[in-house]
Amino acid sequence: MTTPAAPAAEPVLYLDGVTVTFDGFRALNELSIVVEPGELRTIIGPNGAGKTTMMDVITGKTKPDRGTVRFKQHDLTRLDEVRIANLGIGRKFQKPTVFDHLTVVENLELALKGERRPLIVLFARLDADERARIDEVLTLVGLTARARAPAGLLSHGQRQWLEIGMLLMQDPELLLIDEPVAGMTDHETHETAELLRRIAGERSVVVVEHDMEFVRALARRVTVLHEGRVLAEGPIDHVQNDPRVIEVYLGR
Amino acid sequence: MGGPITAALAGGRAGGRAGRSLWLIWAIALAAVPLLNKLPADSPFYLSDFVVSVTGKWICYAILALSIDLIWGYCGILSLGHGAFFALGGYAIGMHLMRMIGSRGVFGHPVLPDFMVFLNWPALPWYWHGFEYFVFAAFMALAVPGTLALVFGWLAFRSRITGVYFSIITQAMTYALMLAFFRNDMGFGGNNGFTGFKDLLGIPLQTPEMRSALYVASLLALMLSFLLCRFIVSSKLGRVLVAIRDAESRVRFLGYSVTAYKLFVFTLSAVLAGLAGALYVPQVGIINPGEFSPANSIEAVIWVAVGGRGTLSGAILGALAVNGAKSWLTTVAPDLWLFVLGGLFVAVTVVLPNGLIGLLRRRKRDEGNGQ
Repeated sequence: MTTPAAPAAEPVLYLDGVTVTFDGFRALNELSIVVEPGELRTIIGPNGAGKTTMMDVITGKTKPDRGTVRFKQHDLTRLDEVRIANLGIGRKFQKPTVFDHLTVVENLELALKGERRPLIVLFARLDADERARIDEVLTLVGLTARARAPAGLLSHGQRQWLEIGMLLMQDPELLLIDEPVAGMTDHETHETAELLRRIAGERSVVVVEHDMEFVRALARRVTVLHEGRVLAEGPIDHVQNDPRVIEVYLGR
Repeated sequence: MGGPITAALAGGRAGGRAGRSLWLIWAIALAAVPLLNKLPADSPFYLSDFVVSVTGKWICYAILALSIDLIWGYCGILSLGHGAFFALGGYAIGMHLMRMIGSRGVFGHPVLPDFMVFLNWPALPWYWHGFEYFVFAAFMALAVPGTLALVFGWLAFRSRITGVYFSIITQAMTYALMLAFFRNDMGFGGNNGFTGFKDLLGIPLQTPEMRSALYVASLLALMLSFLLCRFIVSSKLGRVLVAIRDAESRVRFLGYSVTAYKLFVFTLSAVLAGLAGALYVPQVGIINPGEFSPANSIEAVIWVAVGGRGTLSGAILGALAVNGAKSWLTTVAPDLWLFVLGGLFVAVTVVLPNGLIGLLRRRKRDEGNGQ
């Protein structure tokens, strides 16, 4: 389990009493979640439990009616999506979108932190540090052998890893990952669990997932959402045996 | 570990032997046509002045094709109004050529072009001033299309107008310009446009030397445009353009201003189209509002599709091949040409999505495998 170096380490993500209402429907209801530095947290819950809304609130896509949302010392409710992304929160959406006609390396190159203005990009060349960074991420996501392949030729699982790699190029402190293993083979699912465990530690990772096999493979702290609030939280074994969780989710 | 990645990013696919033979083709094309034109007229290798002019014209079309390919093939912006930028470049140089006629016009007025005398205009309109200088006219031939593209593109891209909607408004743009240039009171010669040019930089346009010089200038312009486009598409900016073509919103999400990139490449493309038009008009000796006709722009897009969209040499090949076929067929069976052009477009879309270049590359690969 995560053992923060300093006992009073400031949490990376701090949600307290967050409420979001859509036309009278409470998507989030007094939601409170704390994620520590380097933690790998899994969020599960039935459809409509508020998982996606929670991600939207953290990334600034949705503004909460009330409650506290903090990333380290920053109040996220006051910032827009771009500012939040620049603070170091990366989000991977469900559907992988990589650039099919560019190679794996080129995809990572475009995602690299740095100058974005056209005339500067026109003359941009990778320096040694940047190449080393690309190599490091290639190794991490296990795509070194496919570095020069066009992304369009990758398998579904590899595309997901490439997209995670693109997020890593921006060097975020907190990664939000939405259903990474949907549509993956069992083998790919296990590889993905391995990958996320490797990534966590240096940075915090929050994964939303349906697939219980994958959640077990991650074997980390699990938060169960139900009707916009936390129903249970703890290690997977503990959560799986919670009678309330079994009733609303696992025991269907 | 830097090695393979650097190589993967260099995009130097045209290097080595293939690159050298490409340069040889350029050099031969540059030297051969003017030299063969110098031979005595009864020599079997003699190229007539007419042939020199026609090939010079095709080369201008190739520059236009290159400019379309840069935005369509690489960035996915399908402009069906690029003929407008070509025509504006042509009009700018046409204005200079009109001023150079001087008192040799039919009405013999020392300053006013014939059509203005005919319309009883007392003096030159303000926007005609400066065009008596070649350098100014040459600058305007690039600046006017560039400025129009900048303003038009800014309005369109900022509002995130993409795909077929963008194509439609570019058609509307060139159509509107055509109607405007048809009007006599615009001061651009109405439906007759400009013609009856005498000389450029003091040399008569009809002389073989001038024709050869224009041919060489066009080919050099094509070469430089090709090198510029190649530099762009193999840079990181080029990869951003391809990424915009593949998944625009994802590029925006990575923090790039898609609008700025599109604006940059669209404006540059319009400047290249203007350059093509400016070289074209002295060689054909006429420019009129028909150059703005929407069909012209569509035809230019077909050249690119036939040659191979998304490859620079494909665009050049397409422009030369289609116009070569057109020249031949319009003498053999003039009524058939439009059917052939339409059929070509359908055939390429269905059978040859990568155009002639795709076909050549496939054949080369098959040969490679056979050995």
